[in-house]
This record gives sequence, C-alpha cells and structure tokens, in this order.
Amino acid sequence: MLGLSTPSGFIKVSKLVSPWLWTACVLLIGAGLYFALFVSPADYQQGQTVRIMYIHVPSAWLGMFGYSVMALASAAGLVWKNPLADLVAKASAPIGASFTFLCLATGSLWGKPMWGTWWAWDARLTSMLILLFLYFGYIALQNAFDDPGRGARAAAILALAGFVNVPVIKFSVDWWKTLHQPASLMKMSGPALHPSMLTPLLLMVSGFTCFFVAVLIVRVRTEILAAKIRALRLSEIHAAQGSGVAG
Amino acid sequence: MTRKQRRLYFVVLGMLALGAATALVLTAMNDTLVYFYTPSDLTKRHVSVERRLRIGGLVEQGSVARHGDEVRFVVTDLQATLPVVYRGVLPDLFREGQGVVTEGKLDQQGLFHASEVLAKHDENYMPKEVADALKKSGQWQEEGKKQ
Repeated sequence: MLGLSTPSGFIKVSKLVSPWLWTACVLLIGAGLYFALFVSPADYQQGQTVRIMYIHVPSAWLGMFGYSVMALASAAGLVWKNPLADLVAKASAPIGASFTFLCLATGSLWGKPMWGTWWAWDARLTSMLILLFLYFGYIALQNAFDDPGRGARAAAILALAGFVNVPVIKFSVDWWKTLHQPASLMKMSGPALHPSMLTPLLLMVSGFTCFFVAVLIVRVRTEILAAKIRALRLSEIHAAQGSGVAG
Repeated sequence: MTRKQRRLYFVVLGMLALGAATALVLTAMNDTLVYFYTPSDLTKRHVSVERRLRIGGLVEQGSVARHGDEVRFVVTDLQATLPVVYRGVLPDLFREGQGVVTEGKLDQQGLFHASEVLAKHDENYMPKEVADALKKSGQWQEEGKKQ
C-alpha cells in the first residue's frame, strides 16, 4: 500500500501528508474552541460546566483510539514481523496515555460540581483507569529489555491481551448500572445533544484526531531515525573491531 | 501452512479465547460490578441491615422534606420506593425528578440512612431555552419514563 509498510516509504508519504494534517488540526481545533467557548449555549442543568465535555469526550475517544492503534500495530508486528508496525505501536503509547490521563482529569473536574464527588469506583471510571495502567505497563515492559526487538514482542503481547478492556470501557455504561451517564454521541437513536453543542464537539473530536495522527507521524519518524543511528553505530563498532583484528 | 499464517491464526485464536474468558468472568461478576442497586432490587434480594450499600433511582416528586440540616426524600425506580434520610451537603444537581445515587445503611424499619448523596446526570445535553420550549409544548419526557 503506497510502500507504506517500509520505513523509507513511510517517511516519503508522511512528508506529503504532515503539513495538511497540521493545518487541518489548527483550523478544526481553532473553530472548535471558538464554538465551544463563545457560540455554544450553557446547558439547562449543568450551566457553564458543560464546556468541559468539549475536551473530555475527544480525550476519551483518543485514549481508546490510541490503544486500538497500538494493539493493531502490535498484532501486525507479531504476525508479519514488520519493523515499522513495532515502531507505530511504540510511538502510539505515550500519546494515548496522555489523552487517557486528560480524560480522567477533566472528568474528575466535572464530577465534583455535578455528581458531588471527584471519583467513583463505577465500571466506566474504573475501566478507564485500567486503560491508563495498561499504557504504563506497556511502556515499562517495552523499555525493560536491552534488545528492542524482544521488548517490542513482549509489549505487543501485553497490548493485545489488554485490548479486551476497550469494548468493556465502551459498553460499561450499558452493561452495568454506573454513575457515569450513557453515551450521548454514539447512540442508536441519534445523538442526545442539541445541534448547538454537537457542532463544537464534532469539530473538537476531528481536530484532536488530526493532532493524534500528526504527532504519531513525528514520533514514528524519530523512532526510524533513532534506529538508523543505532544501526550505524553498531556497524562502526564492528568495522573498528574488524580492522583491529586484521592489524 | 506458512509460519506467517500460523502466527496469524495463533493471534486470532488467542484473542478469541481471551475475549470469551473475559466475557465469562464479567457475566459471573455481574452483581458486584454494578455501582448501585435500585429499590426494586432490594425487594428481590435479601439485604442484611449492617451492610453498606448504594441505592440509585429518581428522587420522587414532592418527597423532599428538610428539617434543619436533615433531609428526607424518597428514591424510586417507578416500581418500588425507598425512604432516605441524610445529613450534609447535597450536590447542585440534586432535585425532585432527578437521578440520584446514595450510599449508606438500611435500618430495621426499612429507612435508609445515607452518608453520601451523589447526583446522577443523564445523557441529554441542551440549552435552557430548548428545555423550556419542550416543557411548554408538552413534549418533555421525565427521566426514567424514557426507559
């Protein structure tokens, strides 16, 4: 596919796509923030607090999207031994973890004035916290090996095993009685948001997603370059040792 | 079968097995994974008086009575009801007809002594004018009746 499965192909394609992604990201988040903070109305029950949602919902989406990217790339790395797939999985983890944290933090800030508590051990909040811990475990495991290949393989198995948590997060509010409200956006009967609030939310979700992909590209390119430097250093050492033996 | 195919089947089968195992565990633990019980759950199951538990439902219309810093109200799931007494600060969203989750203990007389009251928000977001217009035109649906 466009030579995307090789590191050099990835760098070529990413150079074409990146400027457009960053432009879309700035425009979408700019428009989204304008609508979210100035145009959209206060909620009939939550008042101004409703505006936290415009950060909270896109962050929650990217927390789960980032994990899905990581799990999918991990599977590709395990099955096809594709070095680029391992790098994509590795690059996705810290971005997804950051957005999961942002989701938990903004949710907590909303929970105190609305529910009356910062935190509740209900199924949605707990499964989201488990997602954050899975990210931490993945990052730690990956760095626990001297050989990056072995680290990537061990972490890939953890990423795949932890993937069962993603549908649990999504459906926790439907399967069990929770303090967290059910989905407003991805609802069978259509969004339960007034159009004046749906517009900024959709702008922010698309803007955040562009940001995620753009940052992912930067991180993957850095990983590719770091791998190249490592390979060059190793060949230098080998060359030095080789000439030493000959002399 | 090539090695790649074998690895692919291994990953797919592993994910299926893990998914099935998780589904079994979650189904078995269903009762402990809920954050609260409803008043009609209490009529169906035996609840010991000393156990702390959470009860969720709607605050019944016209049931809120305040005496000093003590609040009494009735939690309903439109099938069964439970009287609650509470001392302390109520969340801003607490009002009649609104979802609520309360934690505490049941006494011998069937009165629930709450130590914490949390408001539960629903999934509907709209500006105040739209909510007022819906109420005026008679299209407003009270929470709980939608389900």
